[in-house]
Amino acid sequence: MNYVKCFSVFLISVSIITGIAIPMVPQPQGWLEFPIIPGLEDKARNIFFHVPVAWTSVLGFLVALFFGYKYLRTKNLDYDMKSVTSAGLGLMFCILATVTGSIWAKFNWGSFWNWDPRETSIFILLLIYGAYFALRSAIDSDEIRARLSAVYSILAGLTAPFFIFIMPRIVGGLHPGAKGDTAGSTPVAQLHMPTNMRIVFFMSIIGFSLLFVWLFKLRIRAAQLENHLSNKEN
Amino acid sequence: MIWLNSTWALVVKDIRSELRTRYALNALFMFVVTSVATILFALREDELSPEILSGMYWIVIFFSAMSGLSRIFVSEEERGTSLTLQLIATPSMVFVGKLIFNCGLTLLLSSAVTILYMLSFPAFVVKSAILFIVTIFLGSLGFASAATIIAAIIAKARTKGTLYPVLSFPILIPLLMTVMKSTSRSINGDLLSNAFGDFQVLISYILVMTAGSILLFDFVWKD
Repeated sequence: MNYVKCFSVFLISVSIITGIAIPMVPQPQGWLEFPIIPGLEDKARNIFFHVPVAWTSVLGFLVALFFGYKYLRTKNLDYDMKSVTSAGLGLMFCILATVTGSIWAKFNWGSFWNWDPRETSIFILLLIYGAYFALRSAIDSDEIRARLSAVYSILAGLTAPFFIFIMPRIVGGLHPGAKGDTAGSTPVAQLHMPTNMRIVFFMSIIGFSLLFVWLFKLRIRAAQLENHLSNKEN
Repeated sequence: MIWLNSTWALVVKDIRSELRTRYALNALFMFVVTSVATILFALREDELSPEILSGMYWIVIFFSAMSGLSRIFVSEEERGTSLTLQLIATPSMVFVGKLIFNCGLTLLLSSAVTILYMLSFPAFVVKSAILFIVTIFLGSLGFASAATIIAAIIAKARTKGTLYPVLSFPILIPLLMTVMKSTSRSINGDLLSNAFGDFQVLISYILVMTAGSILLFDFVWKD
């Protein structure tokens, strides 16, 4: 429990400091220099923060889907609570990813929104989260709410392969890995990073995932206490 | 064999009860007429490009489908007949029956929209008719496959119509993007073989959605 907190704070701080402080030079030598990417320059540093946040928003959705599935199997309302907590955190990270990506796009691609396949995907992820919470708020009974929202999250998860694998191939895009990208169009964009950038990048991804776990556990504990108190009152 | 007969009996029952009230049919038809008329009022003077027309074609189909397709489950809940259905038929029979009915309704709807569209927009000329027909056919089936399970969710949530488009839209986006692309291909007179990739996407979407809905429908249907 405490390890999660310490590791997440440590990894995120290290990746923020190194991600911002390490200079970018044309001919990198040694560990403390990043190469300049033509056309991106210092804007390339966004990859250390934007991509991990976007990854965490997808992680939140997957965890919500997993607990929704567990709820349908066991009918235990605890799983539903875990599912909705994870979806709430996922929504927060999703908004963060959209905002950071959008500001970056303004400076790099010229406008806040371009309807590139990945932008469309994150917009749809936002819509799915919104629909999920709208559905939940419309139902009074705990059990029906848990059941229907679990079914909806699984149904929404079924469309994910279409966004991840098929759409970027059909529509031309701006992100790496899109159709027409010279680096090859594999489903997941290939990383063309030197080792030191890659280390910072993965540290940041692990750090943000651990931050998600930490927040998740905190909110579960808060929700359990709330349940406990309201049971005592009755 | 019993499964097929019972499913078919459910479809016939739905068609009969629909023909008695004609609620969904009338609502769908009036919705199509009003939305096409609104587009005509707004854009009377302008010359529209085929791409915009094909986009608007699917907007009309999307919103009219959203006004009528939820009827199939909502009416069972309103009349209190869902418990009887749970007793006499297995969930998969009920779902497949409703799905077939909705497929028929969507096909009717899209052909009505097509005819109205051809009459009101002279610029809407389809150069590749086969491509257009296949797109409309697969698109309608895809619409029905995703919209039927959402209709079941809506009926149990007792929120009726308001949430229906909100819940359906994110699920339907991959389908909408593909059919819009394929429709503008058919208007531009593209070859059938070029649109093959789009058809593969549509068919896999229909299969994934139908299989997923049949598996998940048990949880929605049983109280």
